[in-house]
Amino acid sequence: MINGISLGAIFALIALGYTMVYGVLRFINFAHSDVFMVGAYAGYFIGQHVPEHTVWGGTLALVGSMAVCALLGILMERLAYRPLRGAPTLNVLITAIGMSLLLQNLGQYFFGATPRPYPELFPVANYAFGGLVVSSSQLAVIGVTAGLLVVLRFVVLKTKIGTAMRAVSLNPKAASLVGININVVISFTFGLGSALAAAGGVLYALNYPSIDPLMGVLPGLKAFVAAVLGGIGNIPGAALGGLLLGVVETFVNGSEWSTYKDAIAFAVLIVILLFRPAGLLGKSTVEKV
Amino acid sequence: MPRPHLALLAALLAASGVFALSDRIDPYYLDVLVGIGINIILAVSLNLVNGYTGQFSLGHAGFMSVGAYLSAAVTLFLGPQLLGAGGGTALAQNALFLAALVAGGLSAAFAGLLVGVPSLRLKGDYLALVTLGFGEIIRVLIQNFEPLGGALGLNGIPASTNIFWVLAGAALTVFTVTCLVRSTYGRGFLAVKDDEIAAEAVGLDTTRYKIVAFVVGAFFAGIAGGLYGHFKQTISPGGFDFNRSIEIVVMVILGGMGNTVGVVLAAILLTLLPEVLRPVAEYRMILYSFLLIVLMIARPQGLFNFRFDKSKS
Amino acid sequence: MLTVTDLSVSYGAISALGGISFTIRPGSIATLIGANGAGKTTTLRTISGLLRAKSGRVTFGGADITKLPPHQIVARGLCHVPEGRMIFSNLTVDENLAMGAYLQKDKERIARDRDYVFSVFPRLKERLAQQAGTLSGGEQQMLAIGRALMGGPKLLMLDEPSLGLAPKLISTIFEKIVEINRSHGITILLVEQNANLALEISHDAFVLETGRLVMQGKSPELRANPELKAAYLGG
Repeated sequence: MINGISLGAIFALIALGYTMVYGVLRFINFAHSDVFMVGAYAGYFIGQHVPEHTVWGGTLALVGSMAVCALLGILMERLAYRPLRGAPTLNVLITAIGMSLLLQNLGQYFFGATPRPYPELFPVANYAFGGLVVSSSQLAVIGVTAGLLVVLRFVVLKTKIGTAMRAVSLNPKAASLVGININVVISFTFGLGSALAAAGGVLYALNYPSIDPLMGVLPGLKAFVAAVLGGIGNIPGAALGGLLLGVVETFVNGSEWSTYKDAIAFAVLIVILLFRPAGLLGKSTVEKV
Repeated sequence: MPRPHLALLAALLAASGVFALSDRIDPYYLDVLVGIGINIILAVSLNLVNGYTGQFSLGHAGFMSVGAYLSAAVTLFLGPQLLGAGGGTALAQNALFLAALVAGGLSAAFAGLLVGVPSLRLKGDYLALVTLGFGEIIRVLIQNFEPLGGALGLNGIPASTNIFWVLAGAALTVFTVTCLVRSTYGRGFLAVKDDEIAAEAVGLDTTRYKIVAFVVGAFFAGIAGGLYGHFKQTISPGGFDFNRSIEIVVMVILGGMGNTVGVVLAAILLTLLPEVLRPVAEYRMILYSFLLIVLMIARPQGLFNFRFDKSKS
Repeated sequence: MLTVTDLSVSYGAISALGGISFTIRPGSIATLIGANGAGKTTTLRTISGLLRAKSGRVTFGGADITKLPPHQIVARGLCHVPEGRMIFSNLTVDENLAMGAYLQKDKERIARDRDYVFSVFPRLKERLAQQAGTLSGGEQQMLAIGRALMGGPKLLMLDEPSLGLAPKLISTIFEKIVEINRSHGITILLVEQNANLALEISHDAFVLETGRLVMQGKSPELRANPELKAAYLGG
């Protein structure tokens, strides 16, 4: 159960980035899962310059990697996606897939294709709560995710830029007519989403202690399913979808169906899209003619 | 005889011509040519779904794998019983291969029907994801199905595919798609793409059109899969993953959606590209993905689409 | 105050505006009338930067704003209440107004503008915490105008404020438009299909027909013009 929740928390962090970008731009940023990978590597390299097993060292690696990826996300949007604003969905989607392949292959070139063991950034210990044993890295995952969710909720609901984000997602034209610079809001959204993915990457690597340039593909796809499950564009929905998927996958993994676990996410996706396309928390909207 | 039929005849004659000369062609070039032919079948058939009908499928590799596995199963498991221990005459072998290909195509078409009926109600991104999901599910199912070799795949498939089969298959695909789209019935595909609601309003059964496009597309993907399996002689689920589907979609987009000639050219180009980039193999994929992004930005209407771009207001 | 010179706009190969020119006097209410598809909305959208002009110039307060993005045009005090209102339906009324003041840094000024909006549209104050999408059509129009007023406009462009409203509500909205113009000296450019009403409250009028300006003058004079009467004013 704890395993499921901590896996779900990571899915939730990645899913938030998908959902936010979809919210403002209405497109699926396939490269998001590779930002997650870059986040894990950034944490890895920063982790070599800070002492292991310390809270501040771990925090530094986490925050540093978030900053690196925020920048990466902003750059990605600026260089590849902005020139295609308003282009047909298919073209934007292919560009995103191209971006994803580019990051994977650059990763293989610079980081090497072989998996690397991940340093133990945070202090390692096991705690027993009653009969339940929880490792410190699982606690870190759950704690950091909860913290980031609270911060995100505050940013989106209470700050001016957060309200602007919601305004752009509702109606970009009207948003520009009240004086919102849409490009700034979109850059901000990419930065925020990518930072969350980076946090997810570092936390994932702490629990599954080796990383490679293709590590993002499967968690990325599953996180995307989580976003759809919760209702794409819906922030609390993405968090809930992530948790749900994490728990389900952990259970399937422990059963005799474990070889099918990668298919589960897709089966869930298809069932959701067919029967409740707006997701669990989404509102269904009628498409206007 | 109408023009497309003449062209088909010419293409078939050319295919047998190339086949007759195939002993004198460098095997490396023949291999590349077979690869091109198979990709043309895949891209042109996907173009019927993505380009002409405007639906976005990301699961073409899944249908290809269904066709590849089924046709391989026919030649591997049924073949010895039908042809006897001696392997039969060349004619019998070719007849068996043809039957296997058709069986592969039909099974893929059936899979297309199963996937298409529920999912074609969805649009755009969502349809793309569902087809992607189905493609992956097909892969995982095959991976877990021991009679078909599981994750290891099938080996020892007879090398029945030759240049004639591939070129003839490609010509037939182009012919079928062209005739279908040009027919009165086929105009409906374009109508569905241009404005689904309007098409429905004038009485077209849009869902039916979408399913027909999907099933026909899947059929040819299955044929391509069969040709591929009997060319490589070994198939495994990993060869038909998401990235393979993407490759085919890229050919369609580069060729210009709904432009068969362009798509054929793009299939040729994209099959040759990795061969040309072989000397710089290390950077090959980096270059490929980079080019993909640049092309999308610089020529969003496709590399080979020179028609006037009517922008919608 | 606002000068449009030889403005042309096209959607792809289709020309929507074929070189129109007009000037709006400071402090006035001007109206742009014409049939469906005459290019009224296109004109406003081009002025506010949502559409790109093919040729021609737009100057506002003496500065060329033809190539500026919408948010910089708003910053200069030219606010556009778009057709169909385009309020942020999932945001509260309060948040919609806050977004209207997106570029304002001065807290006191924002508070003053809010009070002013509430004095013009008291209804909005009652509905502050409500989601904007749940408002009635008339209230949504008030919110759309109120939101634009929060941006501190010198010139307010209104696109079809009467669209889809009951006649009684329409006259209320038009009264408010006159009030905004008189009490705050905000210049107004009004686009309307309801030519009668628009000519009644405006000082100057411009008549568009298939992307060209075919008539212009003082509103009272145009109202008396027999040609115009026959075409737009129902005899």
